Amino acid sequence: MTTVPPELAVTVDGLPPGLARTIAAERVESSFVVELTAFSGPLDLLLTLIRDEKIDIYDIPIARVAEQFLRRIRTLGLNEAADYLEMAARLLRIKAQMLLPRGENEEWEDPRAELVRRLLEYQQMREIVDVLEHRADDRRDRFARAYLPDEPTPPQAPLALSLSELLSAVDRILRAVWQPNMHDVVARPLDVPSAIGLIRQLIAIRAQLRWTDVVQQDAPPWQVLSALLGLLELARIGELHVNQPRPFANVDIWRDVEVMAAPQPEEDAAGLTNENDDTVNTRDASSEAA
Amino acid sequence: MTPLAKLLEAALFASARPVPLDELAALDSDASDAALTAALQELKEHYDTDSDGHGVELVEIAGGWQILTRAEYTEAIERAQLAARPQRLSAAALETLAIIAYRQPIGRAEIEEIRGVNVGGVLKSLHERGLIDVVGRAEGLGRPLLYGTTPLFLEHFALRHLEELPRADELAVALRHMPAPIADAPSVEAEASPE
Repeated sequence: MTTVPPELAVTVDGLPPGLARTIAAERVESSFVVELTAFSGPLDLLLTLIRDEKIDIYDIPIARVAEQFLRRIRTLGLNEAADYLEMAARLLRIKAQMLLPRGENEEWEDPRAELVRRLLEYQQMREIVDVLEHRADDRRDRFARAYLPDEPTPPQAPLALSLSELLSAVDRILRAVWQPNMHDVVARPLDVPSAIGLIRQLIAIRAQLRWTDVVQQDAPPWQVLSALLGLLELARIGELHVNQPRPFANVDIWRDVEVMAAPQPEEDAAGLTNENDDTVNTRDASSEAA
Repeated sequence: MTPLAKLLEAALFASARPVPLDELAALDSDASDAALTAALQELKEHYDTDSDGHGVELVEIAGGWQILTRAEYTEAIERAQLAARPQRLSAAALETLAIIAYRQPIGRAEIEEIRGVNVGGVLKSLHERGLIDVVGRAEGLGRPLLYGTTPLFLEHFALRHLEELPRADELAVALRHMPAPIADAPSVEAEASPE
């Protein structure tokens, strides 16, 4: 399977140099006879192997064919090799599948079936190629009126342009544009103070709120953000407490009960803040900050 | 020759491309299709038989009619550099064309599946030569381009129409409806003892 370079063959075989060289040369010759450029692809090479070896296409001795295939593609350059290597890998896989033991009554799908289908398909296409080739030659041998072979399209001349020409061209274009339509970014700063004011008013009335009370359902993003920042700020300075029992749940907001009349916060909400680590809890943080 | 046959001869002589019958009809509004066909036949016979034939012949190609020189004079004409035969297509190009001719409209992936090699470059050069064209896009992922053959393809292969190619089931290896006699009795001995 491997080809032995002449100088190596002399030492390995221990034969008279002349004889060893001819043997090695023969080996080299036999594995390099076929030029791969003569093949139009791995299937072509495979079909040629099968034809040369007079193999029944429906019963391919995969081991032998895979070995010969590998031997022939050894001469390939890497660039053209990819398609051939893919086929080589396929052959080796089929070879491995063929070697797997199989039971008597087991339903067995021949791993070569797909390869045979492709080979037959390829062979059919080659027959069509023969027909086309014959017809093309037939037509080639007769001239029509004023037949001119396709002239190769000349490459485009390199662009000759000086910097000043380019700049004046840009200037012309900019002038031609009636009014450059620049996009205006309208500054819409967050309004945290008024959000804080709103929350303070609400919490003064109701002592206990939810996030949905603070922010309208269809509020624009800047209002949502303002409210959120305002809320966190108020929690930080200890004016109120914020708790979200679960991720994405509504946020409970309440203030400390300094006034007797203020209603108690919900039992579970207060309890959760101390017991559940998963809750988003700003109470501890706010008390530390304060 | 009849006046109509002479008119057709002049028109076909003037044209470098095959001229379809409906375009020939524009030459003489009085002539029926039957009269045109008869005149074409007359011209063809005139070239073929009249005092041992002419140096040119009338050929039906790509859905039209064209006057071509006879094959036996090609050598001499080319040697005198009066005209040059076009380049032969490469094996890769012919294989790709064969697949497209029979399976059109067909996408690149399917061609590569049959040929077992990348065909991007071949498709590009066939397209540049005008032998194939994009005829649509497939459904499915990426909406791949679908290719088909052009009238120039018919001209290049001297085909009257695509149906002139042998039908798939006329080929020695009929394939699409291949039976599967492979499953029984595989030769195990060859696998067990690789040389």
